[in-house]
Amino acid sequence: MVKIPRTPAREQAPRLRAANFDEVCLGYSPDEAMREATRCIQCKNPRCIGACPVGLGIPQFIHAVREGTFAEAARIIALDSSLPSVCGRVCPQETQCEGDCILGVKGEPVSIGKLERFVGDWAADNLSATTAPKAAPNGRRVAVVGSGPAGLACAADLAKLGYGVKIFEALHRPGGVLEYGIPEFRLPKERVVRREIEAVRRLGVEIEANVVIGRTITIDGLLSAEGFSAVFVGSGAGLPKFMGIPGENLNGVFSANEFLTRANLMRAYDSAYDTPIRAGRRVAVVGGGNVAMDAARTALRLGAEVSIVYRRSEAELPARREEVHHAREEGVDFRLLTNPVAVLGSADGWVSGLRCLRMALGEPDADGRRSPVEVPGSEHDLPIDVLIMALGTSPNPLIAATTPGLEANRRGCLVATPDGATSRPAVFAGGDAVTGAATVILAMGAGRTAAAAIHASLTA
Amino acid sequence: MFPILTKRLLAPNIYLMEVLAPRVACSALPGQFVIFRTDDKGERIPLTVCGYRPDAGTVTIIVQAVGASTRKLCALAEGDSLTDFVGPLGQPSELVHLPPDELRRKRILFIAGGVGVAPAFPQIRWLAEQGAKADVIVGAKSKELLILHDELREAAANLYLATDDGSAGFHGLVTDLFRHLADRQGKRYDLVVATGPMVMMKFVALATKPYAIPTVVSLNSLMVDGTGMCGACRVTVGGKTRFTCVDGPEFDGHLVDFDEALRRQTLYRDQERTADCACLEKMG
Repeated sequence: MVKIPRTPAREQAPRLRAANFDEVCLGYSPDEAMREATRCIQCKNPRCIGACPVGLGIPQFIHAVREGTFAEAARIIALDSSLPSVCGRVCPQETQCEGDCILGVKGEPVSIGKLERFVGDWAADNLSATTAPKAAPNGRRVAVVGSGPAGLACAADLAKLGYGVKIFEALHRPGGVLEYGIPEFRLPKERVVRREIEAVRRLGVEIEANVVIGRTITIDGLLSAEGFSAVFVGSGAGLPKFMGIPGENLNGVFSANEFLTRANLMRAYDSAYDTPIRAGRRVAVVGGGNVAMDAARTALRLGAEVSIVYRRSEAELPARREEVHHAREEGVDFRLLTNPVAVLGSADGWVSGLRCLRMALGEPDADGRRSPVEVPGSEHDLPIDVLIMALGTSPNPLIAATTPGLEANRRGCLVATPDGATSRPAVFAGGDAVTGAATVILAMGAGRTAAAAIHASLTA
Repeated sequence: MFPILTKRLLAPNIYLMEVLAPRVACSALPGQFVIFRTDDKGERIPLTVCGYRPDAGTVTIIVQAVGASTRKLCALAEGDSLTDFVGPLGQPSELVHLPPDELRRKRILFIAGGVGVAPAFPQIRWLAEQGAKADVIVGAKSKELLILHDELREAAANLYLATDDGSAGFHGLVTDLFRHLADRQGKRYDLVVATGPMVMMKFVALATKPYAIPTVVSLNSLMVDGTGMCGACRVTVGGKTRFTCVDGPEFDGHLVDFDEALRRQTLYRDQERTADCACLEKMG
């Protein structure tokens, strides 16, 4: 058998893209997709399916791509995923499907993510609206809290089952983390996010923005006064963490959530919009996840020199490998094995530096991750004028605090069974609100599982 | 969309608007705030709720044109609509949790500066409805900038005015008037609630401290989402970082790090000035 090399997806050149907010990866053409699809050897026991959180029929859809029957590929994906254009772009494929691809043992795995993205985009461009079959209205209404991946997926499935579904969104624009968190250059808003949301709307789902559940209406209000039969809580994990080191409230220290919300949701990088953003000249971003990469690359595009400060080594960076690679290509500087201990400020209260220690990796901890230990005498200062904290997020306590009997754990996550049932009857939950910050695909999967559980509970 | 049903000029550059927002009107309590956007390119701007009528579905706001976004809001007319209007946000005033007989026993003084009357007024009226009328000091630069005078006169036990230029009431700052009441008129209070510019709240808290009067301040920090997501509004209270949007906006004035809070308000001052100039040019 002739070995075909992995088909690279076209990208904007690093130097060019570091100065604009357009999408970095340009995706496959039909020819490129078909060529890449021929690399899949159609395993009898495909490990990729088991490694996908929603068990997507990966070899099957790739086979359809190979045959050039893209509509069939889209149909196969739609059985398990409602957001292929999104997941193809943001899933950590190297630890999921592609990580278990048999081709990866000796060479490069099939580019499953890029193929999924191709099919998702092709379907959105070429297939007419709502091809999904829909049951007749059953007269019952379900409320969905939050319009992120979990909420959208849950709402779409319930609408297909004939429920009247209404999504309540706290912000002014639907999409949740897809809208406020992930930047335009990684996930285009008009072309991808809006289109996915429109597809959900076309199923008959209503979306009401500007409603903060727990403040504007409570969960109990939805179930009583508003007459919903059940509620799904997919309110995400939006609460930023800080380190608790001295100087964190100096002017110029931002949570990644604030920095990215200003750039993404509020379009602060576009001078036609009113919201300001402070990018600074020398920026440090603390953290090693996707959010840290997003913040760093956003600051870079706004004209700053940017360093990522992360306390472990390259191998432990939790971000998608592609994001780390892209960030490096664009000129982001990586200060690995470096841990901040204090934020330094000028006399008038603005950030002027970050005091750090060098770290070394010690013995593996309970999770098997080697924990970093301080190198004595390694204190040093980075001169910066903006500091962005990307240390992870936790669920907003508002809903748990305003819903009597709704149980949350010590980390603020709602307690739910694997199918999404909470401690309150008729209240289901899923996604980051339950797991803490995780991935789009897991949230989408949780939303779909909960939709099935809600249906079962209402038809029992 | 959220239509503006009525608009009234209260003082130069200061308007009262009634906005149709039934969900907010049904849930709002004294001390809470809303976030608005005038249009699709607009900023999210927090504004305290000055009044609410669940029956009519309206929320009353008072806005002073001080920057580009508030100027845009003030330029809207009756019949125009706000693109976004979300709330009520933040914790209600602690007073709404107290039983009426306890409120009646409490001697409460409100000190409101400028448009700080807006957050104070619903609390003052609410107390009056509980039969627990409070004393009120209102301060402004000059007589023409004193707002809601008739409404306050009706809802307050005693209304004291202070103007910087002496054009109405006491000639001086609200803090001077407070000391005057306490020292010369023998007024005693169990609680002071200060609402207004950050710097005024700082000095009210300093003024009440020697008298050991518990003092609540309602902070107007910078915000983006207003739901606890961004942390732009963080403030140090008693050595701990709190978020104004979800933990406040009311805090113990004697524990707030006002110097930090004042400094954090200036974060975008350069950009705000540029935007304001551009906005003024556009409006001619």
